[in-house]
Amino acid sequence: MKFSTPLNNSDIERLNVGDKLLLSGSIYTGRDAAHKRLIELIDNGEELPFNVKGQIIYYAGPAPASPGKVIGSAGPTTSYRMDPYAPKLIALGLKGMIGKGPRSKDVIEAMKKYKAVYFVAVGGAGALISQCIKKVDIVAYEDLGPEAIRCLQVEDFPVIVANDCYGRDLFKEGVEKYRINI
Amino acid sequence: MREINVQKITEVIKKLCMETNYYLGDDVVEALKKALEVEESPIGKEIINQILENSYIARKEKVAMCQDTGFTVVFLELGQNVNIIGGNFYEAVNEGVRQGYREGYLRKSIVSDPLERKNTGDNTPAVIHTKIVPGDKLKIIIAPKGGGSENMSEVKMMAPAQGIQGVEDFVVDKVSRSGGNPCPPVIVGVGIGGTFEKCASLAKQALLRTLGLRNPNPFYADLEKRLLEKINCLGIGPMGLGGRVTALDVFIETFPCHIASLPVAVNLQCHSARHKELVI
Repeated sequence: MKFSTPLNNSDIERLNVGDKLLLSGSIYTGRDAAHKRLIELIDNGEELPFNVKGQIIYYAGPAPASPGKVIGSAGPTTSYRMDPYAPKLIALGLKGMIGKGPRSKDVIEAMKKYKAVYFVAVGGAGALISQCIKKVDIVAYEDLGPEAIRCLQVEDFPVIVANDCYGRDLFKEGVEKYRINI
Repeated sequence: MREINVQKITEVIKKLCMETNYYLGDDVVEALKKALEVEESPIGKEIINQILENSYIARKEKVAMCQDTGFTVVFLELGQNVNIIGGNFYEAVNEGVRQGYREGYLRKSIVSDPLERKNTGDNTPAVIHTKIVPGDKLKIIIAPKGGGSENMSEVKMMAPAQGIQGVEDFVVDKVSRSGGNPCPPVIVGVGIGGTFEKCASLAKQALLRTLGLRNPNPFYADLEKRLLEKINCLGIGPMGLGGRVTALDVFIETFPCHIASLPVAVNLQCHSARHKELVI
């Protein structure tokens, strides 16, 4: 299935856990330090450096680009560290997150309430994923180095829906399906 | 005394930093190919395929296989008949890391203070473990360690009465609780014995072993096999989305311990299991 950003509610409603997608369009990187700053802005009633409405945040801190490339290795980082911050961004209209590893109950509830999804990209496949990234612009927090917020233009970025807007969780369902009780 | 110039040490460290991050070991590639045959989950299979393809791209293009190019952990085995000349030994190691990460386009992932959290900008300092051994050689092992799997590691000071059952339960439970976070399929390093810090160090050293090799002690070799079997019954699978292959291997290292203690450490390693060595 191919999907392009930005995403709206009817896009989100079409997605179910286990769906494999090829994403194209703009997505924004953001991880620990950038999220901390974004939430401070929200709490102070200040404007964010980009409008999160309909957008996807990719939990990633890429490696630097070697000559002739737009970006270095750029796989996902572990998502639970962004769990304390994610519900506030989802409430502001963020429609998707890309990362690795399971999400908290609060994040799953927020995805249900405001219609958003969580995608998993393959952790450790940073070289492969970097080939889907065609353009990179720094949007904010350049001082954070790899943790700066970057806008990435992606083409056919392979992701899997791990949490949909119906409250389903592929981490739970997958493990239950393959667990052998000994 | 054989003399080794610090400049040589810097050169070797720089080269190893780049090579470990570009080239996934043949043992890991083979283990992943085998995992592909065993894996029943279609999503799991697809993930393993992507991991393998990623390793081929990294090798061919000389780019980091994972953007988390890690905390540079350096193991040094210094022959007691070696005289290090030309400067400060550890500064030479850090200079190698600095040059390797800059010239190799590797990510700088170290903050200078754990609470202030300002990036040092050059991936230094390295974590350096030095062992003095007989002889006149210097063995350098570089093992960059990613944060995702390191965060899922743990030390437990158990009571001797908990015995082997306690150890098995702790290791399996640790992998189970870590789920998809440490980038499974993982390699599980287990340290048993020693003191608090010694057993953590044993668990880390265990991760340097070539996949498929067993502990020379048959008792621990059996325990490794049993733990691997139990872990692969957990159903966590590639990236935690369900499947048969949760771990590629389990390695145990042990050390004598105090009559009152049974320290156990689990150090998880993601599938980007990187380590390379060179002897000067």
